[in-house]
Amino acid sequence: MPTTPFWRYMFYAGVVAIVIIAVFPFYYAVMTSFETGTAIFKPNILPEMFSWQNYAQVTGQRAFASSILNSVFIASTTVFCALLLAVTASYALARVRFRGRSLLLMTILGVSMFPQIAVLSGLYELVNFLGIYNRPWALVMSYTIFTLPFTVWVLTTFMRELPTEIEEAAIVDGATPWVIITKVFLPLLWPALVTTGLLAFIGAWNEFLFALTFTISEDMRTVPVAIALLSGASVQEIPWGPIMAASVIVTVPLIILVLIFQRKIVAGLTAGGVKG
Amino acid sequence: MANIQLKAVRKSYGAVEVIKGVDLEIKKGEFMVFVGPSGCGKSTMLRLISGLEQITSGDLLFDDELVNNVVPAKRGIAMVFQSYALYPHMTVFDNMAFGMKLDKTSKQEMKDRVQKAAELLQIDHLLDRLPKQLSGGQRQRVAIGRAIVRDPRVFLFDEPLSNLDAALRVQTRLEIAKLHHDMTDVTMIYVTHDQVEAMTLADRICVLRDGLIEQVGTPSELYENPASLFVAGFIGSPQMNFLKGAIAEKHNCTTLGIRAEHIEIADAADAEWTGKVVHAEDLGSDNYLFVDIGAGDPLIVRRPGKLETPLGTELNLRPIAGHIHRFDANEKPIR
Repeated sequence: MPTTPFWRYMFYAGVVAIVIIAVFPFYYAVMTSFETGTAIFKPNILPEMFSWQNYAQVTGQRAFASSILNSVFIASTTVFCALLLAVTASYALARVRFRGRSLLLMTILGVSMFPQIAVLSGLYELVNFLGIYNRPWALVMSYTIFTLPFTVWVLTTFMRELPTEIEEAAIVDGATPWVIITKVFLPLLWPALVTTGLLAFIGAWNEFLFALTFTISEDMRTVPVAIALLSGASVQEIPWGPIMAASVIVTVPLIILVLIFQRKIVAGLTAGGVKG
Repeated sequence: MANIQLKAVRKSYGAVEVIKGVDLEIKKGEFMVFVGPSGCGKSTMLRLISGLEQITSGDLLFDDELVNNVVPAKRGIAMVFQSYALYPHMTVFDNMAFGMKLDKTSKQEMKDRVQKAAELLQIDHLLDRLPKQLSGGQRQRVAIGRAIVRDPRVFLFDEPLSNLDAALRVQTRLEIAKLHHDMTDVTMIYVTHDQVEAMTLADRICVLRDGLIEQVGTPSELYENPASLFVAGFIGSPQMNFLKGAIAEKHNCTTLGIRAEHIEIADAADAEWTGKVVHAEDLGSDNYLFVDIGAGDPLIVRRPGKLETPLGTELNLRPIAGHIHRFDANEKPIR
C-alpha cells in the first residue's frame, strides 16, 4: 500500500478509473435497455426515459424462454460432467504415482492451447458422427472438453496441497480411493470446486461459436446465439433495445451467482479448512 | 496382540535403497522404539509395517502369517501421525468413528467404543468439536483415540510428539506410557529421533543407521553396552565424550568413550587428564563442566548439585574404572 497521502489518493483514483472502465459498458447496456425509439441513439449518462417495453418484448418471445432453459441445462450439465471427471482425474494426477504422469499433465495443458476455431470442423464431424447435432449434448460435450484442462489443473494443484497424512489415515481406516475422494477430499476441496465450477458455468453460459455452429433450430439455441439472432422489423433495423434487455436478463443471474459464491470462496479459504 | 517378524526386508525407491535388509522380531505386547538420525529409514520401516509402502523384497509376518500384500486396513493396525492427520471437516466423534462407519459397525457399538476411548483419554467433552477448535495436545489425543477405537493388534506411532511444545510433550509421553501399561496385549511401535523419548518409553530400542539396524536392546543395554561408536554417541544426553589419539592409545584403542557422569575429580597424583574449565551449564540438580584437556572438543564432566567451580579453574580428572568404552578402528567395541 502506498504510504504518503498523495499516493493513497492516486491509488484510489486508479481503482475508480478501473472500476468505471470495467463497469461502464454494462451500465450503458442497462440504461439502453430502458429506452425506446430514438432515445437509444442519443449518447447520455442518465436515461432519457424509463420503460419496460423492451423487457416485455423479449420475454414475450417463446423462443427466448426456451433458450434460457437450454443455457441453464447445458451450463449446469457441463459443470457437473467437468467436475466429476476433473475430481477423479486430479486425484490420480496428484496422488497416484504412475509412469508418464507429468507428460499427461502437460498434454492436458497443451489441449487448452488450441483456439476453438481450429477444432471447430473436426468437432463438427464428431458431433455428426455421434448423432447429437442440434441437441444440447453436442454443446455439453464440447464445453466439457474445453473446460477440463483448466479444471483438472486447478484441482490437481489444490489436491497436491492436501496433506498426504490425511489420506494415509483414511487408508488405515479402510477407505477405498472412491471413499477417500468423496468423503475425505471433496469436503476439503469445495472452495476449489466452487471456483472452477463457477468459471466453467460462466464459460458455458457465454460461449457463442460452438453454440452457433452445433444448433440449427430456434428452440435449441442458447442465450448468446438467441440474442445475436434477434431480428427487427426489417433487415436494416437492428433491435438494440430488446438486445440490451436480453443481455441484462442473462447477465444479472451470473453477477448474483458470482457475488454469492465469492463470499463463500473467501470464507472457505480463510477458515483454513485444509489445515490438520 | 501380534508378534511381528521382519525377514531380510528391503525397500528401494527406484535405484535408491532405503532399507537394506532388516531382520527383526518384535514380541507380543512389546513397546519397540525405532530411533535414529533423520534419513536413517526409521519412518520407512514403520510405513512398511503399516502397509502404506510396499516391501521390495523380504517377508513381513504378523503372528507367523505373511502380510506383505495385505492392505493396511486388514492388518489390524492403527497409526498415529506426526501431524495428527485428523479429518478437518469432521467432528471429533466422526473422526474417531470413521473407520467403524466404513466397516458398517452398528451405531450403538460405535457410540460405546468412541465413548470408552474418549473417557480413557479425557476428551469425552470434546466429541462435538471440530479439529480446528482444539489445541495441539487435544488433537493428538483425538488422533490416539481414533487409533484406540480400531482395537488394533499393532499400534504405530510416527513421531507423535514432534509437533507439541516441550511441556505438553512430557505430559503426552507419560500418557502414551500409561496407555502401554493399560493395553498390555497390544504391540506398540514408536518412531522418534529423540533419544530421550526412546529411553523413557521403550521396552526395547532399535537403533537404525542408513537403512540397517545398528543395535537392538533394552534402554540400559544400549546405554551400558553400545554395540558401536554410533550407538554410543546417539544414546545418552549429553553425548558420550570421545577421545582419540595418544589418550586412546594409552588404553589400546582407536577411540575411547566415557560418559560425563563417569569422570571424577582426582588428586594431582592420580589424575589422568588435566585441563581448564572453559564453559559450564548449571541445571540446578546437577551441572556440566566443559574441560579443555587439549584433545579437540572439551571433555564434559557431570557434577552433582549446584555449580561451584568458577570458569578457568584447573581440574584434575580421572575416569571411573570399569566405565570406559573402547572402540577399534572399525568403530566396534573392544570388550
